Amino acid sequence: MSATTVPIRGVQEPAGGLRDELAAIAVVWHRELLRFSRNRLRMVTSLVQPLLFLFILGSGLSSMLPSSGDVNFKTFMFPGIIAMTIFFTALSSALSIVWDREFGFMREMLVAPVHRGSIVLGKCAGGATVATLQGIVILALAGVVDVPYSGGLLVTLVAEMVLMAISLTALGLLLASRMQQVESFMAVMNFVMLPLFFLSGAIFPPKGLPGWLSLVTKFDPLTYAVDPVRRAVFAHVQASTAVKQALSAGVKWGHWTLPISVELSIIAAMGAVMLALAVQQFGRAE
Amino acid sequence: MSATDVTGTGREQSEEAGKAVISVNSLGKRFGDVAAVNGVGFTVAAGEAFAFLGPNGAGKSTTISILCTLLHPTSGEARVAGFDVVRDALAVRRRIGLVFQDPTLDDYLTAEENLRFHAQLYRVQRAQIPRRLDEVLDMVELSDRRHSLVRTFSGGMKRRLEIARGLMHSPQVLFLDEPTVGLDPQTRSHIWSYINELRAREDITMFLTTHYMDEAENCERIAIIDHGEIVATGSPEALKEAVGQDRIELHVDDPAEAIDELREKFDIEAKLSEGLVAFHVAGAEEFAPRLLLELHTPTRSIRIARPTLDDVFMSYTGRTIRDAEASGAERMRSRPMVRARRAR
Repeated sequence: MSATTVPIRGVQEPAGGLRDELAAIAVVWHRELLRFSRNRLRMVTSLVQPLLFLFILGSGLSSMLPSSGDVNFKTFMFPGIIAMTIFFTALSSALSIVWDREFGFMREMLVAPVHRGSIVLGKCAGGATVATLQGIVILALAGVVDVPYSGGLLVTLVAEMVLMAISLTALGLLLASRMQQVESFMAVMNFVMLPLFFLSGAIFPPKGLPGWLSLVTKFDPLTYAVDPVRRAVFAHVQASTAVKQALSAGVKWGHWTLPISVELSIIAAMGAVMLALAVQQFGRAE
Repeated sequence: MSATDVTGTGREQSEEAGKAVISVNSLGKRFGDVAAVNGVGFTVAAGEAFAFLGPNGAGKSTTISILCTLLHPTSGEARVAGFDVVRDALAVRRRIGLVFQDPTLDDYLTAEENLRFHAQLYRVQRAQIPRRLDEVLDMVELSDRRHSLVRTFSGGMKRRLEIARGLMHSPQVLFLDEPTVGLDPQTRSHIWSYINELRAREDITMFLTTHYMDEAENCERIAIIDHGEIVATGSPEALKEAVGQDRIELHVDDPAEAIDELREKFDIEAKLSEGLVAFHVAGAEEFAPRLLLELHTPTRSIRIARPTLDDVFMSYTGRTIRDAEASGAERMRSRPMVRARRAR
């Protein structure tokens, strides 16, 4: 049956291949940003929680603690709060994939002449962009918690945030890839989010934990996301070495303190694996 | 396949399959033990409007999903726009437009943003997007609402926007799965005037599924599908002519007695349908005077109708589409209901 090559009227046929897929990623990404920009409420509410943690929990905890020398306890918490903002935003961005499935829009994407992996990549790019933007809003508050606005620090932090945002959105997408209902994703998200967050050292140094729990923190990917941010911050904060040692000791495997580059590689590797699994799961879905 | 091809065109078309935009060959789809589609075959010529008519659960949506590459068939093959729906799924997708039964718009985007999303996903050339946007929005008369969020749209407007979106990339074939289901009669007829207009304007082949007789009438050819099999294919006129019999409906005081009388005196098996005694007979106009003379049951009114597609469906399946759907629903109901009815 070769006679059916009726030209597509008025439209040139796309060449196919990589350019189609890149275009698909771009358009899915663009839609995520459009939706986010429409949803002012979401923008505000997703910032409320980190701010509550930072200023209320942070103030409360610092009043209970023996003076940690010349360093504001909120300065210690700040990197954790940045990670939290990105983590929570990234996971709830992944929710949009469940949302699309429940409300039908997913079909519009699934029947398009592109691979499903491109849709996942577009979603990941969109979620990561939104999470990074939210993280930057928190980062803007650095001065309030005695973190200097130094160019080098800000660039480092934003770069770390981007990496973190991509990996954590990928984690969210993997969780969402088989979910049919928004409610069940919410339940799983709460189940995953808080334990990972508490064990990451975001709001207290994990070395205060009993031995077995401190071992568990080593398996929490978020640990390796929080620590590089904290080390970057503490490298720019004026404090005695003893205080820096107490508050930002780095993550140790046995006696080996992980270099920042290794921590970042762990996050990147995790993100790559999560993303690959999400693409694979999503391709199967139906 | 015992399907009757009333017009006989099916065979000719499959011989010169080059003109067929859709060609389907003994297509089957099983879900576990259930055969949702069972050896379906048909062809649709370029520019034709083709309808799948049948009750809910007959296999219409499954067939359309296979043709749109969303489901893989378990047997047989199907080609759309010259490409195999399994092996060349992406090539098929690029050439088809789809309007689903359920809404698939993004409510939080505007009408135009939904269309642009689609255009970019289907790689419509950037320079052509503005003109195409104007065209399709104009066609469904939504130009003045192009910047409104879709969630402010009524059900009918959303459906129109979906049709516009399905056309955005100028597909060769437009698939419409129950395009007017869930809409009120006035909106339904509006949607149809848009569809007919787009057929006049665009050089497009249409494949639609419906369980509404009047919708199928809009199409050039119909396949009647029941229990996953095509029972007849042909133009609406040819199908109706082939029934050969007119339908008589009697409004009587005692339907049961009338049915008995018809059986005894005329050897006619009549059925009670929506309170009326209905049956088919050749040459109804000559038959009616004799009937009224011999029937003892008081008759309040008599109606003679030329065959409709419902009669066509009935002549092939022994029941009306509405009955088929009702019995389908009944089977799903729980037992106590059946018992209650029997007790009465």
